[in-house]
Amino acid sequence: MPLASYETSVPVVVDDAKCIADKGCTVCVDVCPLDVLRISDLTGKAFMAYDECWYCMPCEADCPTGAVTVNIPYLLR
Amino acid sequence: MAMDQILDGLSEVSCDVLVIGGGTAGPMAALKAKLKNPKANVVLLEKANVKRSGAISMGMDGLNNAVIPGYATPEQYTKEITIANDGIVDQKAVYKYAEQCYSIIEELDSFGIRFLKNENGDYAVKKVHHIGTYVLPMPNGETVKKAIYRQLRRARILISNRYMATRLLTGTDGRIAGAISVNTRTAEILVIKAKAVILCMGAAGRLGLPTSGYMFGTYENAANSGDGYAMAYHAGAALANLECFQINPLIKDYNGPACAYVAGPYGAFTANNEGARFIECDYWSGQMMLEFYNELQSGKGPVFLQLNHLHDDTISEIETTLHKVERPTRGLFHEGRGTNYREQPIEMHISEIGFCSGHSASGVFVDEFARTTIPGLYAAGDMASVPHNYMLGAFTNGAVAGTHAMDYADNTDFADFDAADVARERDRVMAPTKREDGVPPNQIEYKARRLVNDYLQPPKVTRKFELGQRRLAEVRDDMENRMIARNSHELLRALETQSIVDCADMAAHASLYRTESRWGLYHLRTDYPEKDDDNWFCHTLLSKKDGKMSSEKRAVEPYIVPIADDEKDLYDKQRIRASA
Repeated sequence: MPLASYETSVPVVVDDAKCIADKGCTVCVDVCPLDVLRISDLTGKAFMAYDECWYCMPCEADCPTGAVTVNIPYLLR
Repeated sequence: MAMDQILDGLSEVSCDVLVIGGGTAGPMAALKAKLKNPKANVVLLEKANVKRSGAISMGMDGLNNAVIPGYATPEQYTKEITIANDGIVDQKAVYKYAEQCYSIIEELDSFGIRFLKNENGDYAVKKVHHIGTYVLPMPNGETVKKAIYRQLRRARILISNRYMATRLLTGTDGRIAGAISVNTRTAEILVIKAKAVILCMGAAGRLGLPTSGYMFGTYENAANSGDGYAMAYHAGAALANLECFQINPLIKDYNGPACAYVAGPYGAFTANNEGARFIECDYWSGQMMLEFYNELQSGKGPVFLQLNHLHDDTISEIETTLHKVERPTRGLFHEGRGTNYREQPIEMHISEIGFCSGHSASGVFVDEFARTTIPGLYAAGDMASVPHNYMLGAFTNGAVAGTHAMDYADNTDFADFDAADVARERDRVMAPTKREDGVPPNQIEYKARRLVNDYLQPPKVTRKFELGQRRLAEVRDDMENRMIARNSHELLRALETQSIVDCADMAAHASLYRTESRWGLYHLRTDYPEKDDDNWFCHTLLSKKDGKMSSEKRAVEPYIVPIADDEKDLYDKQRIRASA
């Protein structure tokens, strides 16, 4: 069967100006229980690659520069 | 980029004790095993990252079941849990927990975790349960995972993050031989030979679908997809009382606790749309959930947690806890809805179903030494059958499991296993990556969980369950023959989907077997509405026999703490009577 992609607005937002993933930081990617964050090849910054979020907060709490914000997923808001 | 690419690789390591799951019970089990024999190799395997994995990823507001000298005795606690669980309890394991949990509290205290004390320096224990007093707040509860992690590093436990265990290996002699796992970011297979294995893999919390429709908006940490239940089942271990579902009263849509255990002792209470109390006690039991469900159905819903009558300072104190620990995004959620605890009550709803002995009694069968029915295989925490054991139970029973498992490992050698088992499992794990065309795991998972809601949610109707089983069999066929995974992250979800479908099948099978109603809403069967002590005052054990799901009865062990006849039904009297 052919596949189509399904667009969603994701709850975790990263401020590229504050994110230091391009300097080698991987803290948010490391701590996420659902493993949904990745570092972008294009920008070198962290981003939410998979919309599979428990809105639990380790990514935001552990980010050394305060670049990560966890929002409530839209369907629950 | 390299991450999430599928690499075809296989390696093998060995250790004395393998602990699977690094949430709450697992780290304590690993620590105790290592302290018991510092020369032995202890591996802690975790699907996510031990620093932030499991139900307490953001800490916990307090202990819900602390048996503290001067406030409660092991006898009182054992009695309360026996009554709360409708009598179906092997008391030895509960009593052992009650006896040992105080020493674990002292140990956690020595790790730097603080517990609330009053002006005299005594623990400030609060009453939430129906009968006894067991709730102890933790003022720096957000530090729990960090404190435990420090101990793991100090003890030099070998931690392997981002490995998902998929199947246990059993020896040709029936003993445990190890486990097979897969790296969630490369899809490489890691075989771990072990003399003893401890399963600490959490609840089956991604079973029902939350009413929000957001698949990961579950009550439990959504990583807890029931992998431990599925692995124990396929290895031939017995699972106890799976029909005693977990269903909890939660903040509607947000799907986290409100939390009555925190706010109740300050005077908050559960109310209907008239602002009236309708339950005697906010402690989570099946009987309480039945009254909660009845109220929602009666036209007197919605149900609310009422705090707006409390003093501003009290509310600020409650907010500080609720918006900092366990589920800290609660504050953000309320802000978005315009809910201020000072003005509006919090709208509540009932959660999706799951398995979790942390709050109910559905778990892999264990005795008072955390032993499963397979020699060398242990289980602790939310997935093991000791009922109502919460976080402190996970720590305490994890400690029991770790100590006993190392003792066992010290006196045994590796079991021989059939190499063909590894090859077969590798083929099974990798199958979704070999297909060119098919259905992605998110659709299969959604459909399975939607069927769980449609057919398996209480009240349980036999005809609905039979239809549910047929529909789930169709989903299983798709899952086994048509599911695709295009990268290793999707493979992780595909493997979790297999655990979810296994748990759905077990939930249906176990529920049909027990032809009575028990545990309030958890096992409310409309075709058998009465409790039937003559035929069903027993555990049910589900296991895989000759490749098929099978259930049997197991007698409740004779009580060591007697329950008087007039005490047996104390938890059945949850509804506030109009004349009271």
